Amino acid sequence: MTVVFDGIASGMLLFLIAVGLSVTLGLMNFVNLAHGAFAMFGGYVCVVASGRWGIPFLPAVVLAALATAALGALLERLLFRRLYGASQLDQVLFSIGLVFVAMAIARWGFGPAQQPIRLPAWLQGQVHLGGLDIGVYRAFLVGLGLAVAYGLHRAIGVTRFGARLRASVDKPDVARGMGIDVDRVFVVTFALGSGLAGLGGAVGVELLGLDPSFPLRYLVYFLIVVAVGGSGSIPGSLIAAILIGVCDVAGKYWMPQIGAFIIYTVMVVMLIVRPHGLLGRK
Amino acid sequence: MTPLTPTSSDRAGPAATVDLAPLRRAARPRALEFAFWLLPVAAWFLFPENLALLTQIAITAIFALSLDLVLGYAGIVTLGHAAFFGVGAYAAGMLSAKLGIGDPLLGLVFAAAVSALAGAITSPFVLRGTGLTRLMVTIGIGMMLFEAANKANDFTGGVDGLQGIEMTPLLGLWSFDLWGKTAYVYAVAVLFVVFLVARHVVGSPFGLSLRAIHMNAARMPALGVSVDARLTAAWIAAAAIAGIAGALLTQTTQFVSIDVLGFGRSAEILLILILGGAGRLYGALVGAIVFVTLHHLLADVDPEYWQLWIGLVLIGIVLFARNGLMGVVDPFERLLARKETKR
Amino acid sequence: MSKFSLIACTVLAMSGFGLAAEAADPAPIKIGVIASYSGPYADYGRQFDDGIALWLDEHGGKLGGHPVEIVKKDVPGAAPDLAKRVAQELVVKDKVNFFAGLDFSPNAYAVGAVAKEAKIPAIVMNASSSAITTQSPYVARVSFTVQQVSDPMARWAVKNGITKVYTIVADYGPGADSETAFEKAFTANGGAIVGKVRAPLSSPDFSAYVQRIKDEKPQAVFFFFPSGVLPPAFLKAAKERGLEEAGIKVIATGEATDDSYLEATGDVALGLITSHHYSYAHPSEKNRKFVEGIARVTGKKLRPSYFAVAAYDGMAALDGALAKTGGDVDGAKVMEALKGLSFESPRGPIEIDAATRDIVQTVYIRKTEKVNGELVNVEFDQFDKVKDPAKQ
Repeated sequence: MTVVFDGIASGMLLFLIAVGLSVTLGLMNFVNLAHGAFAMFGGYVCVVASGRWGIPFLPAVVLAALATAALGALLERLLFRRLYGASQLDQVLFSIGLVFVAMAIARWGFGPAQQPIRLPAWLQGQVHLGGLDIGVYRAFLVGLGLAVAYGLHRAIGVTRFGARLRASVDKPDVARGMGIDVDRVFVVTFALGSGLAGLGGAVGVELLGLDPSFPLRYLVYFLIVVAVGGSGSIPGSLIAAILIGVCDVAGKYWMPQIGAFIIYTVMVVMLIVRPHGLLGRK
Repeated sequence: MTPLTPTSSDRAGPAATVDLAPLRRAARPRALEFAFWLLPVAAWFLFPENLALLTQIAITAIFALSLDLVLGYAGIVTLGHAAFFGVGAYAAGMLSAKLGIGDPLLGLVFAAAVSALAGAITSPFVLRGTGLTRLMVTIGIGMMLFEAANKANDFTGGVDGLQGIEMTPLLGLWSFDLWGKTAYVYAVAVLFVVFLVARHVVGSPFGLSLRAIHMNAARMPALGVSVDARLTAAWIAAAAIAGIAGALLTQTTQFVSIDVLGFGRSAEILLILILGGAGRLYGALVGAIVFVTLHHLLADVDPEYWQLWIGLVLIGIVLFARNGLMGVVDPFERLLARKETKR
Repeated sequence: MSKFSLIACTVLAMSGFGLAAEAADPAPIKIGVIASYSGPYADYGRQFDDGIALWLDEHGGKLGGHPVEIVKKDVPGAAPDLAKRVAQELVVKDKVNFFAGLDFSPNAYAVGAVAKEAKIPAIVMNASSSAITTQSPYVARVSFTVQQVSDPMARWAVKNGITKVYTIVADYGPGADSETAFEKAFTANGGAIVGKVRAPLSSPDFSAYVQRIKDEKPQAVFFFFPSGVLPPAFLKAAKERGLEEAGIKVIATGEATDDSYLEATGDVALGLITSHHYSYAHPSEKNRKFVEGIARVTGKKLRPSYFAVAAYDGMAALDGALAKTGGDVDGAKVMEALKGLSFESPRGPIEIDAATRDIVQTVYIRKTEKVNGELVNVEFDQFDKVKDPAKQ
């Protein structure tokens, strides 16, 4: 059972980082392979804030999310918006270029080494709950992941802004004609996606580590979550992330010999069974 | 996708069944092309100390050509193309290291065959989905192959590389030397042949139907074209060419390590092709030349932060020159084309 | 051509002109350093540079009486095709006399082949796959081999009453080498491996593996991961699951507590027992001077790691060999002179085995402790004159 819980927790972490990509790639149709760079930025903000400035962990995480959202908004205004109409291949080239720049800047600013993060005492260790050994930090991740999933689902599915966003993406011209400030909707959405990446990056430092190669190392995992979940679907991403997390951890526990294959096998099988993802729109 | 800008072979597009004149015109080699192929000859004399790098460029160009067939012409975005490059590299390596057959040309043929087989096996999985799904399946296949080669450490040599590859002289005449002279001529010759074949294929009705599928897959069955069969054929052909590129790398370096299968190689070749301009054969060649040279120069000047500069270059190209470097040539091409039709 | 003039020069210098060497200034020796200067392993290249710079600084910038020119080439990570190309260029274009650096084994294999063909000695300053020196007669190693540091850990464990061990290694060549070497030495001395697993390099989530180990209840778990991301991740998982509390000791090779990463790893490393050939806290006069020297040359308070020490020793080895050849830089003669060379390194006495050209050195058993608020590897036991077990 502990294994299943661990799987859910690592799935949640995957979800937290990847959900931002589901927003930009899935909802805004922008192939943003620089997503990991935003997550890395959030991670560095969190490390600096908590490590050097002595800000407590939780506010540091919030700060990381906000700072990354601000960076996202800035870059959207300066660069990304010019490429909304470009081909996906151009978007790929552009965002990979951005990743290279981000990695170089990170190495210049922080060196190539891993960044340490110190969790507060109350997030460390394990608790015993009805025969289960539960890592406190993992429980925290699960809670946070659920909260983010619920909040996002509400925000995009139910609120007025969500309706505007969907309208702006599907038919920008019509949306504009309806009096929707499409530009603003895009900035806000992009900032949201980046902010979520920053949040995920910040809470991910403990388990995934943080160094300048972060954006490329985990890129494939983020893409897997979005693709398996069905691009643009928040609940889909959540389910996909948890599914992958559980399969990965359980597979490593029961069949450690084939540990590395599991995640890809799950992905390929899922995509062959459901080419549009679990909950994807056709 | 943005509409494809008209290039030489494009213009033949929809009218192919009616009037074949534009097709024939496109198939005719042009002065600019002759000039281009003088480059490798000039390079031989100008940079005799950089033949190893130039060989690398030629191999990369073959690999990019292969990707261009599937991405630029058939429209399949893949991030797992190194799978076939790697299969070819290992096939050529095993032939020498395990079976003791060191003839380069034989190795090339063997590698192409094995890679084509790998292409045939994987094609049904890849062609099933669309867009992002397809992309992810290619990544998945690539990664699984990488892990498999890593697991079979004792057989493949894993990260330490396959040992004991020895090449016999090319055609029994020229052995592979330290200056890389034989390797360079060999690689460029293979590149030229592959290019000619690719050029022929792209200009043929088959190539045109591929482009048509790329532009509007739904309409093709109505025209009596089987989409899946054509895509499968393109996929297998591209796999074989990627395998040739991989085999060349093995033969010229006499070494195979697991990174031939790595995700990084798949991503890099995609960058190279987009950089040069997908959907045109010279895009693949120009992309390979520019990227590898740029990488080499930047890494020499600034070994620590070359990534920063290459990243800025990529961003700049996207912002100021859409559709890759060859996109820059478009306006001139159109001008030339107009002159030609007037004549 | 240039080689000829070089020989002429040295002959001239030696035949009675006495101090003329100073005035005539023999042709510079060119050393091509192939290492990672960019990417996630850029620290390796920097460490090599520091070690080489210090040695040159201490010896007036001269190697065997020649001025030295270093040509740096960036080969980030394991990229043998690039390494091979770069090596070829170093030969035909830069006309180097020696290859040095070589952080990754695949690159060392690739360069070793070029070295053999061009008859240019290659000094391996890190790459630790055993067969590198076997494959090319123009390679000598001053670093270590994976087997060399894994084997003593097994012997130490048995000596200290640990007889049931679970091993976990990274799933790639060196991981397999470490697993095999440990198991061989461990079972030969009466221990038993109760379970072994190879974890993928790509994912740092070890919770499942650690849970598995905990459920198997061995006396100790031995792990081998390349330095960097994985060891801290494993140690964190081990701590979170309470392996220590469950009575399971954690032992590893020194990559786990690489001095470059140790501070970032943090307190989870405390109490970890590792085996390796160099700790920057090695208590010797030579090492104290070495550490101070690195700080002086770089102007920074960065810990020299086993990369820096190997680079320093690599220069010393070349210098020693040139002393034997009388300044002759001919590849074959230098290789011959390197065989059997022994000298005092900051890590302790080392020797280049006359038969295998591989290093023979002391392997230390260390414990991670906090000294003056800093995490360091404190050596408390040692195995002298360890040869590469894979070659015996």
